[in-house]
Amino acid sequence: MIPLSAYVALSAILFMTGLLGVLIRRNFIIVLMSVEIMLNAANINLVAFSHYLSSMAGQMAALFVIAIAAGEAAVGLAIIIVVFRGKIATNVDQINLLKW
Amino acid sequence: MMMYVLFGYFATVSILSGIFTIALKNPVHCGLSLLSLLLHVAGLFVLLNAEFLFAVQIIVYAGAILVLYLFVLMLLSLKTEEQYLHKKYPFFLFAGVAILGELLILVFQTPYGGAKGTATPEIVLQTGPSHAVGITMFSDYLLLFEIVGVFLLGAIIGAIVLAKTPTGPVPEPTGQRK
Repeated sequence: MIPLSAYVALSAILFMTGLLGVLIRRNFIIVLMSVEIMLNAANINLVAFSHYLSSMAGQMAALFVIAIAAGEAAVGLAIIIVVFRGKIATNVDQINLLKW
Repeated sequence: MMMYVLFGYFATVSILSGIFTIALKNPVHCGLSLLSLLLHVAGLFVLLNAEFLFAVQIIVYAGAILVLYLFVLMLLSLKTEEQYLHKKYPFFLFAGVAILGELLILVFQTPYGGAKGTATPEIVLQTGPSHAVGITMFSDYLLLFEIVGVFLLGAIIGAIVLAKTPTGPVPEPTGQRK
């Protein structure tokens, strides 16, 4: 039986990878991909606890996370297309239209 | 024994693919390593007796979301830039690794426990994992399910409105603050 802490540690490592990706990358599509990595890390955590506590609640939460991730990807990529079409910027650190 | 080997394989490959996703230069390569990460996380779900989530992960994540990403990448055809990381990235790298170390210490020190539920693998296997998920989703989580439906509708409408080709006079791009 694999200990629960192994899954939680894997989830922590993946979450930190995604967070680092958001912090250090300049390309905005990669930033969105890093958010997906973080959501996946959270999913591993939820499903692992669901398995070790013999409850369906964790799997339900993971399913809803996947649905939210789909919506987030659609809206995020639409925003990226708008930003790119308006020739506003190609990198995250150049998008400053809302800053004053 | 087999469980350990499989867990080791899935965990190692998913961590490596995650690192490649944020470290590779070409965005398409990043997308492909994200695909590898998603598939191996799906394998972990099988190890955790979540077969329905395994299928959903492959169909929705690897099949739909990732294809959307790759589609937009190819549509925009972003140039691979020389400077693809922020200037101050060593600082963030150091902070991230330090926080990760602290997190891992906390994770391995924590005594895990809690009240066990009723959905043990034997009970779930009597009717099948999809049946168990369906019964739970449409009884205890029905309101959440409906809310997610409305959310997805809003997301679709928002994405269409945002990405619609403007028909009137195109406004001058005003950004590009130096």
